[in-house]
Amino acid sequence: MTDASLQAEVPAERVAVASQWQLIWWAFRRHKLAMIALVVTIALYTVALVPGFFAINDPVKQNARSTFHPPQRVHVIDRSDGLQIGLYFRPLKMTRDPETLAAIFKEDPTKKVGIRLFGRGYEYSVLGLFRSNIHLLASSDPKQPLYLFGADRLGRDVYSRVVQGAQISLSIGLVGVALSLALGVILGGISGYYGGKIDFVIQRVIEFVLALPTIPIWLALAAALPQNWPATLQYMMITIILSLTGWAQLARVVRGRFLSLRSEEFVAAARLDGVPERRIIFRHMLPSFASHIIASVTLAVPAMILAETSLSFLGLGLQPPTISWGVLLREAQNIRSIATAPWLFLPGAAVVLAVMALNLLGDGLRDAADPYNK
Amino acid sequence: MLRFIAKRFLWMIPSLFAVSFLAFVLIQLPPGDYVTTYVATLASSNEIVDQNAAAQLRERFGLDQPMIVQYSKWIWGIVTRGDFGLSFEWQQPVSGLIWERMALTLVLAVVSLLVTWAIALPIGVYSAVRKYSIGDYGFTIFSFLGLSIPSFLLALVLMYVAAVHFGQSVGGLFSPEYENAPWSFGKLLDLLHHLWLPVIILAVSSTASLIRVMRANMLDELPKPYVTTARAKGLSELRLLLKYPMRIALNPFISTIAWLLPNLISGSVVVAIVLNLPTAAPMLLQSLMAQDMYLAGAFVLLICALTLIGSLISDILLALVDPRIRLE
Amino acid sequence: MPQVEPTPPLLDVRDLVTEFPTRTGVFTAVNGVSFSIAPGKTLCVVGESGSGKSVTARSILQIVDQPGRIARGQILLRGPDGNMLDLAMLDPRGRAIRAVRGARIAMIFQEPMSSLSPVHTVGDQIIEALRLHLRMNKTEARAEAISLLGQVEIPDPQKAVDRYAFEYSGGMRQRAMIAMALACKPQLLIADEPTTALDVTTQAEILDLIARLQKAHGMAVLFITHDMGVVAQIADDVLVMNQGVVKEYGPVEQIFHAPKDDYTKMLIGSVLKLEHKAEARASRPPIDMTATPILDIQGLTMKFGEFTALDKVSITLQPGETLGIVGESGSGKTTMGRAVMRLYDPSGGRILYRRADGAQVDLAELHGSDLKAVRRELRMVFQDPFGSLNPRMTVAQIIAEPLLVNGIARGRQLDERVCHLMEQVGLNPATRERYPHAFSGGQRQRIGIARAITLNPRVIVADEATSALDVSVRSQVLDLLMRLQDELGLAYIFISHDIGVIRYMCDRVGVMYRGQLVEVGAADKVCNNPDHPYTQALLSAIPRPDPRDRDRSRRFRYRAEDQPEPARAVG
Repeated sequence: MTDASLQAEVPAERVAVASQWQLIWWAFRRHKLAMIALVVTIALYTVALVPGFFAINDPVKQNARSTFHPPQRVHVIDRSDGLQIGLYFRPLKMTRDPETLAAIFKEDPTKKVGIRLFGRGYEYSVLGLFRSNIHLLASSDPKQPLYLFGADRLGRDVYSRVVQGAQISLSIGLVGVALSLALGVILGGISGYYGGKIDFVIQRVIEFVLALPTIPIWLALAAALPQNWPATLQYMMITIILSLTGWAQLARVVRGRFLSLRSEEFVAAARLDGVPERRIIFRHMLPSFASHIIASVTLAVPAMILAETSLSFLGLGLQPPTISWGVLLREAQNIRSIATAPWLFLPGAAVVLAVMALNLLGDGLRDAADPYNK
Repeated sequence: MLRFIAKRFLWMIPSLFAVSFLAFVLIQLPPGDYVTTYVATLASSNEIVDQNAAAQLRERFGLDQPMIVQYSKWIWGIVTRGDFGLSFEWQQPVSGLIWERMALTLVLAVVSLLVTWAIALPIGVYSAVRKYSIGDYGFTIFSFLGLSIPSFLLALVLMYVAAVHFGQSVGGLFSPEYENAPWSFGKLLDLLHHLWLPVIILAVSSTASLIRVMRANMLDELPKPYVTTARAKGLSELRLLLKYPMRIALNPFISTIAWLLPNLISGSVVVAIVLNLPTAAPMLLQSLMAQDMYLAGAFVLLICALTLIGSLISDILLALVDPRIRLE
Repeated sequence: MPQVEPTPPLLDVRDLVTEFPTRTGVFTAVNGVSFSIAPGKTLCVVGESGSGKSVTARSILQIVDQPGRIARGQILLRGPDGNMLDLAMLDPRGRAIRAVRGARIAMIFQEPMSSLSPVHTVGDQIIEALRLHLRMNKTEARAEAISLLGQVEIPDPQKAVDRYAFEYSGGMRQRAMIAMALACKPQLLIADEPTTALDVTTQAEILDLIARLQKAHGMAVLFITHDMGVVAQIADDVLVMNQGVVKEYGPVEQIFHAPKDDYTKMLIGSVLKLEHKAEARASRPPIDMTATPILDIQGLTMKFGEFTALDKVSITLQPGETLGIVGESGSGKTTMGRAVMRLYDPSGGRILYRRADGAQVDLAELHGSDLKAVRRELRMVFQDPFGSLNPRMTVAQIIAEPLLVNGIARGRQLDERVCHLMEQVGLNPATRERYPHAFSGGQRQRIGIARAITLNPRVIVADEATSALDVSVRSQVLDLLMRLQDELGLAYIFISHDIGVIRYMCDRVGVMYRGQLVEVGAADKVCNNPDHPYTQALLSAIPRPDPRDRDRSRRFRYRAEDQPEPARAVG
């Protein structure tokens, strides 16, 4: 039976013809935090897909005059000259403390630079397909860059770097989990489907891998990577390293599901119907645990993101000039830099936001994954 | 019961060999060896080392032999003499370098584990019993937040807060005056004084996940018929809760040692590096970078062994508290 | 109201309303229920699933599952001093109601396994009640617990007291539950379907035990059940419930022999219907036993490791015949059905099947496409109407699956076939795009039957096909099966633990006991006048749905090798 309270929300005739995914969606929809997390996740991955569009300044462009430039406020209402409404910011003026020579930035109330929606800026490539220079937000004066999250040691725009880093950091989670999933489904599937000795051996391997402390192993593996490899190769190797330990958890889930489904009566009924083995697996068993797998995978992605961030932060993961959130956080390693420029923590906020959204999303999915179990 | 423990112990032996082999393969993975790194270092300071000298060095360290021979010698030394080989970089036996650091790693992990349990257990039970209350929502949000903050970031933020707002520098496990002093009561107090920060940082994420585990366990147990039976017997809610559902929800909770300990040790690596703690991690990282293979190998081996022992302890504890396993 | 009561009632429930608030409104599970129980008497609350009988019982002790709550009404319990205490007014977590629970009113439940804690010894759980209410010290309580276990006839109570529930057998667990409930000598025992999960012979023993203890302690019993046979055997008064309201309330004699309410009449009618052979079968000419059998099972053996589930079973099935297989749990009857269907590979013996063209094949030997071809002619109906239908496929997809994968029909023709099949089993074809969750248990079983007849089979194995259904639905499904048999010329192997169902529709019956077939014969003979002592014992244990027929003296237990019941239990 399905959830009784669901029937009151949705007309019975619609519940009657509702497929598994429809029921899962109805159940998921009631989980408010998970719904918010879904929206945030979609937004983050949209940014990761075309970071250039969402960035404001060229993330690799250095600017010696903007070293540790603090974040700027975006204003909407301007009362200085009557009432004007529109996005603008006031550029900061740098002076030096006469004694310490430390840079001091102050808002210049006389100047005003407009922010254009869909304005033109630096040129970027969209998924390697074509090039564009249209940005969601652009400063109307190319000489006066807008530093939403401030600038780093080399005067690079932290906001644009965070946006650019989303591409690597968020995709490494997906690719890593896809690799883990492939390994996990194959090994877990074999283990659960055939049982017997193969199952025993694979089970012991899974237990062994699960008992290993992941970070020291990753460190050792990552230390073996030559630092001068090209960025894409590094990226591939890091994902492979992360999934070498990540598959075991998924294999365990897949095996458990396979085992419990194998004894289900509707599977026996399908066998008696003369359904060929392949159709039993793909038509009868797979749809039954697809939702559980999706939930487990969603919960595995944030762990991968955290892992990449930690490795890159320690200097054993991705290397600059590749931009990932972990690489960006290396800038915050030095207590002196963060004391002068606490906004260098902001890539960390992006990590927390993404990981939290994915965790909440996965949690909601897991709760909704089995709409037939009351 | 004894048979179960004996069997579980026997199972440890192949596992330990497997990790030792794994550790050895891992540290052999980087291209080149210590001598290559050594020569490169010398070369960068404009000293030239001729090929003969390098070959001699390799011979002295046994690096010219096939891997399996090197492994056999290494493991034989460990098993028979507790000799983990020579650290190339420090030019002294590995066993002299690692034990204190390993002990501090273990202390850190175990204290974090205890703190995690002490916090997560009552909160998990509370969250389940008062499901969907304001408190439950609060703890749920806290636990998701805790799960989402990378431990090194938390360490950095706390360091920042301490430095900027309290003008203190935190880090390390000892004050400078005790750093190289022999063990004394004062040093122990000093250790406790420094330990709380890394413990809190480590405990945050594990507490967060453990609250979820305990809450889910309790929610599984609360609607079970034996709870109704106990209620129908006339027990008070609190006594009933402690004696029945919590007692049973504790069993899967105990098995969390098996993955919590590896997690804590893993997590402590990054935190230790950020906070510059005198535990295994910073030296492991350094030795990996320098390809100081026996030192790195000893650390990887011992850390893995530690987590295997953790899962052994959790299995035995589980059998002790759960008659269904004990009497099987 | 029942007859004039000489003694004032022990418990007087007046206009009880119990509600469950949901997201979208309030669900009233118990709506205005009133009844009373006199000391030493037995009141049976009877009803089908969803009738609110269990919630009524739990409301008395205020242990309704969250978020249920008593909305209105009084639950008056008479104290030894004659004062009436209104349990409905008490705080469900307070001291006052806790002093009643377990001490003055005790309760036992349906699932003795899950109702006992898996990690505490049975003794510990009994001692707890003694120490709580009677303030005994540990030694006294332990001695008393041992004595209680002895009273409920648990062998070797000295040892049993330190064992865990999972080391007990099903019947013993319920005995331990009873010992726990009786620990503080309650005035009222509430028994919530205490025998539903047990075999019929164990049920008889538990009922006897409760009756004996009731007499010894002068205790009143509130007995919740769906089984009219049990009601007839033990009740003084009966309360019939349906969908939260009382349908009829009166002495057992009146309920069974002069029911006034239509629902009660229907309920009694469907029970009595299964006391006799179906008319459709009584009037049918007898099966030709000289014809060549369609299925000839010879020495079928099935071993799971060391355990022998089937031990050289030999039986035949005639064309058009319904062969019943009856037995208790663990008798091997389900294994036999599954082995015939080749869901298991038999360890020995032959299953000779005569195909439509007259050729005989051994099902035990078949593989691959041959097996697949024969499986079109041999089909199965499963017990669980929930588990046997893939919840992720529409009814049309489920019924069409065998036609589709065997390449028999597709497209529009397939759709027409599905509609026709649904009409045949009494389902509206307009509902074919719905998923199984939109159907009731009886309707789902009809879907399962439609799937079974899609491929024009000749033999159908029905494994406990009506056990999960309410009694009023049960006979409808049985009638459907018989109609289809006549229309399609089917032969059935009908596996059931319920003699009533077997008697209603079977021509012949085989009785199974511990993997062996102990008796085979005509259904009339075996169900009314069996030869084998085991069958006799089985029949004697079945509660007859007639309060005038309460002779327990003829009941006895069959003991193979003269072993006591808990042979596998303790130890």
